[in-house]
Amino acid sequence: MPAVKLMVNGKPASGDVEDRTLLVQFLRDHLGLTGTHVGCDTSQCGACVVHIDGRAVKSCTVLVGQAAGANVTTIEGIARGDELHPMQAAFRDNHGLQCGFCTPGMIMSAIDIVNRHGGSVDEATVRHELEGNICRCTGYHNIVRSVLDAAGRMKVAQAAE
Amino acid sequence: MGIEGIGASVARKEDKRFITGSGRYTDDIRLHGMTYAQFVRSPYAHAKVKAIDSSEAMKMPGVVAVLTGKELVDDKIGNLICGWMVHSKDGSPMKMGAFPAMAPELVRFVGQAVAVVIADSKNLARDAAEKVDVTYEELPVVADIRAAIASGAPQLHPEAPGNIVYDWSLGDEAATDAALAKAANVVSIELTNNRLVPNAMEPRSAIASYDSAEEHFTLYTTSQNPHVARLVLSAFYNIAPENKLRVIAPDVGGGFGSKIFIYPEEMVALWASKKVNRPVKWTADRTEAFLTDAHGRDHLSKAEMAFDKDNKIIALKVKTHANFGAYMSLFSSSVPTYLYATLLSGQYDIPNIYCEVIGVYTNTTPVDAYRGAGRPEASFLLERLMETAARKLKVNPAELRRKNFITSFPHQTPVIMAYDAGDFHASLEAAMKAIDYAGFAARKDKAKKEGKLRGIGLSCYIEACGIAPSKAVGSLGAGVGLWESAEVRVNPVGTIEILTGSHSHGQGHETTFAQVVADRLGIPISQVSIIHGDTDKVQFGMGTYGSRSAAVGISAIVKALEKVEAKAKKIVSHHLEASENDIVIEDGNFKVAGTDKQMAFANVALAAYTAHNLPPGMEPGLKEGAFYDPTNFTFPAGAYICEVEVDAGTGKTSFVNFVAADDFGRLINPMIVEGQVHGGLAQGIGQAILEGTVYDKSGQLVTASFMDYSMPRADDLPSFKLSHTTTLCPGNPLGVKGCGEAGAIGASAAVINAITDAIGTEKIEMPATPDRVWAAIHANA
Ligand code: FES
Ligand code: FES
Repeated sequence: MPAVKLMVNGKPASGDVEDRTLLVQFLRDHLGLTGTHVGCDTSQCGACVVHIDGRAVKSCTVLVGQAAGANVTTIEGIARGDELHPMQAAFRDNHGLQCGFCTPGMIMSAIDIVNRHGGSVDEATVRHELEGNICRCTGYHNIVRSVLDAAGRMKVAQAAE
Repeated sequence: MGIEGIGASVARKEDKRFITGSGRYTDDIRLHGMTYAQFVRSPYAHAKVKAIDSSEAMKMPGVVAVLTGKELVDDKIGNLICGWMVHSKDGSPMKMGAFPAMAPELVRFVGQAVAVVIADSKNLARDAAEKVDVTYEELPVVADIRAAIASGAPQLHPEAPGNIVYDWSLGDEAATDAALAKAANVVSIELTNNRLVPNAMEPRSAIASYDSAEEHFTLYTTSQNPHVARLVLSAFYNIAPENKLRVIAPDVGGGFGSKIFIYPEEMVALWASKKVNRPVKWTADRTEAFLTDAHGRDHLSKAEMAFDKDNKIIALKVKTHANFGAYMSLFSSSVPTYLYATLLSGQYDIPNIYCEVIGVYTNTTPVDAYRGAGRPEASFLLERLMETAARKLKVNPAELRRKNFITSFPHQTPVIMAYDAGDFHASLEAAMKAIDYAGFAARKDKAKKEGKLRGIGLSCYIEACGIAPSKAVGSLGAGVGLWESAEVRVNPVGTIEILTGSHSHGQGHETTFAQVVADRLGIPISQVSIIHGDTDKVQFGMGTYGSRSAAVGISAIVKALEKVEAKAKKIVSHHLEASENDIVIEDGNFKVAGTDKQMAFANVALAAYTAHNLPPGMEPGLKEGAFYDPTNFTFPAGAYICEVEVDAGTGKTSFVNFVAADDFGRLINPMIVEGQVHGGLAQGIGQAILEGTVYDKSGQLVTASFMDYSMPRADDLPSFKLSHTTTLCPGNPLGVKGCGEAGAIGASAAVINAITDAIGTEKIEMPATPDRVWAAIHANA
């Protein structure tokens, strides 16, 4: 079985895996990072979204071999110690989650949306860009509010840096 | 209320683990030596199983076992049960065929399991399952209600001639017919309530392990009601006695009804874990979820409503065919009967109602309770009928509803339910104000000038929640009582554990239940832990469904808290030498009213456990339990109004506005309540315009993935405007009614009423997709 090496949440990770191993399987089964979820088998739901080199990617749609050498960030890797990422904090403050199953993927997608569109991103853009993330619980109302709130916070944080 | 008490929109305690990726769902758990199960499923909707050859699969290294339905029978593992007996109108019990967990001889829907492969890895189990060679002999198929009841239709179960499970009725047919005969106007309607796939985002999953020394099983599973699962697995499926079976439902990623039922997969995982003497894990992939999670709705109905010359409703007559799929699922029989026909009076004073329901078998996935369960079907039918009637009778739809609203309570309907409280005028008024109903005509005109079709639709729903008084449901055929249990365990330092039979799979119980304790005892919610979902930790309880956790689950907690408080007051009165009746609880202190004497709650707890100085005869400790059996259903109600714009060129519906005014009684955490409404609305709107479950004539589920089944996405939905009106429920201690299903019950009629208003024809089925809307516009032109 081929060996694969990559960085996950800033730490080196490696393993001997079958060629067909998906990135999400590697994260969940080999590294025990079970915050990244699997909600479908057709690349539709977005429960599995992680960042590869800073961009949101559905980890069920990538072989771990394709991520060799890359920097992968998962939901477990975005808080700084006890300090939540502004997107995490905004989801909690705006009740942007119920069962929590879609939440890691939502947060990872949402961070990418704000990174690309900036802090002034509007509701229509957020709704449009969340097309690849399905939530069955919240009706999206509070997810959209969370993302807009976080966008504001991230803008302020960036300005301060 | 205090900043964390009842009525405060406190941020959820459970969120931290979910937003940091440390939630613990069933599939996240790995046990030592674990194997993986992959089911071999029928590709045919109806076929004989002639032979199963597993020799190739068994040769693969790492394959531990291939087990079949015949071995289940040999080991005397029971068939799946339906837990609610419904009798046909001729008095005969419903006619059911056996539902084996893996079919030994005959498969009746695509996806039904015939065998299971157990292997060292998931990938290997999948590969091996493909090598299991099953020989089928195809049989003719009935894929929908019309095919099932056609004369000469293929028969699914010999027990159910004509594929009819029951022909049930409720109400007085003769009186209803007589009222129809003398009516000034009769408005009739025919409609389909489309089949839906629940699609909780977490697929179902089970991990079973067996301890041979203790002869003890543990099951982790995606369940809304782990105690009920244990009861059924023990008493009916013969897996193990209850004391030898622990069922744990850890974090569960949404349920919506679909995780109430005890499915073949967890039963087989348990049985297999003993056979192979290793833990067995099974997790559905999404296609398996589409094929095997119990579906919802699927009715064909005809209804007539009779009005007198003043437009007062004098009768309603309904005939519904309900599709049960290929087998009777756990509570399926109750959904189109006692959860449906009993709500057909809606918010209206209707003196005569008669409803006939014919439940039929088809070669499709079993159908059972899905968010709302029967009540959305009733509400949709009634509110479509009201809107259609208003248009036919040329009266304002709000006016027609107002004229017929029930205004005095209690109100006994002709279909069992006795409404205890409500103010239907208030919620309609609030919704009309929120959407500026008066300004609609001008907006419609303006849209018309821009070439757009604008429509507005009302829906005034009522539902029965707080399920349910045990004696009442027992008399209607339920196999269980529907009370709830709670234990309040005060620790010696005054922190509290609440053990509840309710189960949270997104509802936020860890927060709201703690708020109730904080409110009464004045301690912070951080000092209150909610324990649920584990049969070894928690006393028997009935679980969460039917919007019952607040009305029934919290009521049990309140009852137990009252006992704790009573004992604590005795201790305080003994210590402070005051009368028990003078002790009041304020901000976490037990005070003697009118004095400065007090004892902090933590000190009372400590005194209870040190037991150095208790009143004579008092037992040490501070821990009390309670069972709460509701005296009636609760009746959440409200008014939803939807305003849409339809593009005549494409048939696409856009939402201009959606307002909801709900009466849920007292709100414990308004933020969480609103979240529940948002989610319900999304499911109701999804049913109305997006979600269609399509079987082809051969019984293949054409919409078996998220590519084919249109789940609501962020872009499909509007932001919602919510408001509340309040009448307290007189039946339970906090006056709560329940909010989990309202959105799904009330929304679809509002949307279809708006679309039909916009396009000027009543003829449109759900889901009103752009192609259907376009076709309806053009058929009408
Ligand atoms: S699991 Fe990756 S998109 Fe659904
Ligand atoms: S919070 Fe449950 S699926 Fe989104």
